[in-house]
Amino acid sequence: MTPQSQFTVVAPLAAGREAGLRELLASMNSVAGVADPRNAVLPFGEFDRLHFARLALLTDGASRTLEDQGLPRTKFPTCLAFIGDCDGPSREFLAELSRRAGTGLREIFSHCEGFDPSGDLLAWMSAHDVPGGANYVNWVGRTVRQAKEEHALQRALRSRLSRESTHADTDVRADARMRWRELVSFVEAEVRSGRLALTPPEPTPLSWKLANIAHAVAVPLIGLIMFPFLLLLLPLLIVMLRIHESRDPEVCPPPDPAAVRAMQELEDHDVTNQFTALGLVKPGLFRRWLLTVLLLLTDYACRHVYTRGRLTRVQTIHFARWSFVDGKARVLFVSNYDGGHEAYMDDFINKVGWGLNILFSNGFGWPHTDWLVLRGARREQPFKHYQRGHQLPSQVWYNARAGLTVADLVRNRRIREGIESAELSDGEALAWLRLL
Amino acid sequence: MSVPRSAFRSSLNTTRDAPRVVPIELDDVQGLMRFGYKHQKQACFLLMRVKQRDAARAWLASAAVTSAIAADPPPETALQVAITSAGLRALGVAADIVAGFSPEFVAGMNSDASRARRLGDVGANDPSRWRWGAADDVPHVLLLLYALPGRLESWQRAIEAQCDAAFDVMARLTTSDMDGVEPFGFVDGISQPQLDWERRRAVRDQDEQAYINLACMGEFLLGYPNEYGFYTQRPLLDPQRDSATQLPRAEDAPDKADLGRNGSYLVMRQLRQDVQGFWQFLDGEARGDPDVRQQLAEAMVGRTLHGEPLVDARDPNAFTFRSDPQGVRCPLGAHVRRTNPRNADLPPGEPGLWSWAIRTLGFDAAALAQDRVASTRFHRLLRRGREYGVQVSLQEALATTPVAEESGLHFVCLCANIARQFEFVQSAWVVGTRFDGLTDESDPLLGHRLPATDGTRSDGFSMPQVNGPALRIEGLPQFVTVLGGAYFFLPGVRALRYLATARSVRSP
Repeated sequence: MTPQSQFTVVAPLAAGREAGLRELLASMNSVAGVADPRNAVLPFGEFDRLHFARLALLTDGASRTLEDQGLPRTKFPTCLAFIGDCDGPSREFLAELSRRAGTGLREIFSHCEGFDPSGDLLAWMSAHDVPGGANYVNWVGRTVRQAKEEHALQRALRSRLSRESTHADTDVRADARMRWRELVSFVEAEVRSGRLALTPPEPTPLSWKLANIAHAVAVPLIGLIMFPFLLLLLPLLIVMLRIHESRDPEVCPPPDPAAVRAMQELEDHDVTNQFTALGLVKPGLFRRWLLTVLLLLTDYACRHVYTRGRLTRVQTIHFARWSFVDGKARVLFVSNYDGGHEAYMDDFINKVGWGLNILFSNGFGWPHTDWLVLRGARREQPFKHYQRGHQLPSQVWYNARAGLTVADLVRNRRIREGIESAELSDGEALAWLRLL
Repeated sequence: MSVPRSAFRSSLNTTRDAPRVVPIELDDVQGLMRFGYKHQKQACFLLMRVKQRDAARAWLASAAVTSAIAADPPPETALQVAITSAGLRALGVAADIVAGFSPEFVAGMNSDASRARRLGDVGANDPSRWRWGAADDVPHVLLLLYALPGRLESWQRAIEAQCDAAFDVMARLTTSDMDGVEPFGFVDGISQPQLDWERRRAVRDQDEQAYINLACMGEFLLGYPNEYGFYTQRPLLDPQRDSATQLPRAEDAPDKADLGRNGSYLVMRQLRQDVQGFWQFLDGEARGDPDVRQQLAEAMVGRTLHGEPLVDARDPNAFTFRSDPQGVRCPLGAHVRRTNPRNADLPPGEPGLWSWAIRTLGFDAAALAQDRVASTRFHRLLRRGREYGVQVSLQEALATTPVAEESGLHFVCLCANIARQFEFVQSAWVVGTRFDGLTDESDPLLGHRLPATDGTRSDGFSMPQVNGPALRIEGLPQFVTVLGGAYFFLPGVRALRYLATARSVRSP
């Protein structure tokens, strides 16, 4: 199994370079916001370990809300973020990227402050790679290659079936196991002839395995050691939380319609969409520490619990990441999700409103919460205003598996499992046939 | 340390901000919200543009709008008035008041390519091809005229004469009484939400474990709590803008005048139905077998021609699809299943806290498999459409001679949140090619059939089978074409008068 990893390179823009950069980024797209996989600057399509990538200008809109509330505001410079999800260690991927697409990357990053075009590109990117607070991968171990091969498998089987029988009068009551066996032989023949490929997974890197086990054990262990202290502190923490919740301002003005329209122009060109949002952490140490701990726990859940096709009830997110930026003053959230924006937000409210509240209620202006999990995102209109108000357009977005939703990927994997099974029962064969 | 008392107020009770329940002012609600005007079998929808602003305001100020108070016998005629955002501007309503309405209404149905993509208004449905409602052809005011048989013509003439100085008539959308059957031949209008006129449903934010047809008024009527227990965005005005107290005060903000209260959004789309194309395609798929042809059509609709659901149901509008999770009786992608999936907030499971927690945290594989569709109660539409054109018999539909006149539906629906209700249903459930885990198919009746940018097709239809892989129909042609559409505000009666008369409503 090849584990996935993410990178988030963030660097402030050099003065006066924003317009030029916007122009350069726009030149990489085939339609608004969607990268041409073969674009001359950074031909994403040539990198077969890359799932998703985006280039986004992180403008400082959200901290204006502080000023509106009469609070002191730190002005943040506009930054360029280069964010991606890849198979294998991100450091290795960035190394390959700088080897093979160094010219284009240098051209992009030359718009950033302090970038030396003749310097070491990889070192510069690594230095600006923000550590992830919490990373979510929909299916740990599913590579780009696997996704594409299994998609081809599903297509081949479906067209085989539709050639066999599309009409209601064809006899479909043939023995399910017999049909399964026929289709297995069909696939085997296709693989032999080279029309299909089903590459076996690589062995899981030992170092990753060990680190993962160590992480799985260490976090609960530390939690166990801290437990007595936490228990003692708990009443105080709850009181503090309630005080904060009663005093924290809610700042959810309706977003600027023009800004929303600009983001909508980039959306719904594919069944999958991107989401980038940047928000201020509420002032004060309490929220900062709370969020640090909660992100740690979220990361733990993503690494060890939600590794197989779902994040709690949500089955539409491919990758997601929360990262602290600007020394924990702000949090950057990025995700790749299936369906439209409105559906994504409704999923958030109806399925994981509580989960959203746990993390995002530490963000400045979030709709009022109670006990960390109640209300908040469930307050539909303030929440929808808040999230659009904090969203930022991604000027360039690349999806290696365009047209494939999480549901497609999970189904295609089950189809492959059926093909690679030694034997299926009647019921299993029937369930497998239904996947087609 | 002093702890503010408010820190410990009862947080589970989301009703604490809600005032005591007051009855809905039926005299202030336009009748269409409560009645489909079934007795008034004749109807005509007039699309108008403001010709002379003052005359238009004067006419609207006294137009005899029929309210939601029940009348016995039913009224001979009923007039309903709705206004687009362009219409509000044309009437001189101040920009900041217009901006207080929902962004979808302000922008309009044909606003931009992104909305067109979401609504499936591409290809043959492209707004640039519309008969009405295209970029420079947006109606200002919609008059909906309903009349008992034989009473429409003279009344309509009188109305048009009355507002001749005020408006230009852009289009007269005539309707046909097809006796409850839509042009393809299916009994229509069965699935409707039941509105909570008595405000019986508790205003609270809590998961519903079962599908319920009773909807909070706030899902349809602005100014009342919605299914989340909150109030939908609408223009709330400073009281000095309403010094004559023409408008009701907002329940959730008693110091504001509520311009939205007792109003709703009215979505209208003219849908041409290719009745011959529909039946001839299915006849080809069925290789001329009339029973198979009818079965295929019923599978696509999800009801029999007579309107009975394909799953067990004690009432045509009181059932769910829980007994058929695989879609072997009613295909997952059937029109009625897409447009009203009848599911609850949580996928099915055992009662009790443990099961609830397991399902909420995503540890129940069986529940997750049935959790791909958004909770229905937040996406309901109150449909008020009328058929138009000729009613084509099955024989005529199958004949090679083309029918002389087109037929279709003037789709009308009411909702309080255009984005969450109409646009969501249209984009995620009707146009969406991945509804409930399906692939390569959109709504079998309404789909535009164009492939996605990556080449993925949308013109299939699958019928899951008990004994094997789903049967699939490929290459469905487009059966329904959008010919026009707009978003309207259906104001409360007082709001209509206010918009037409108040000086403070105008731009300075």
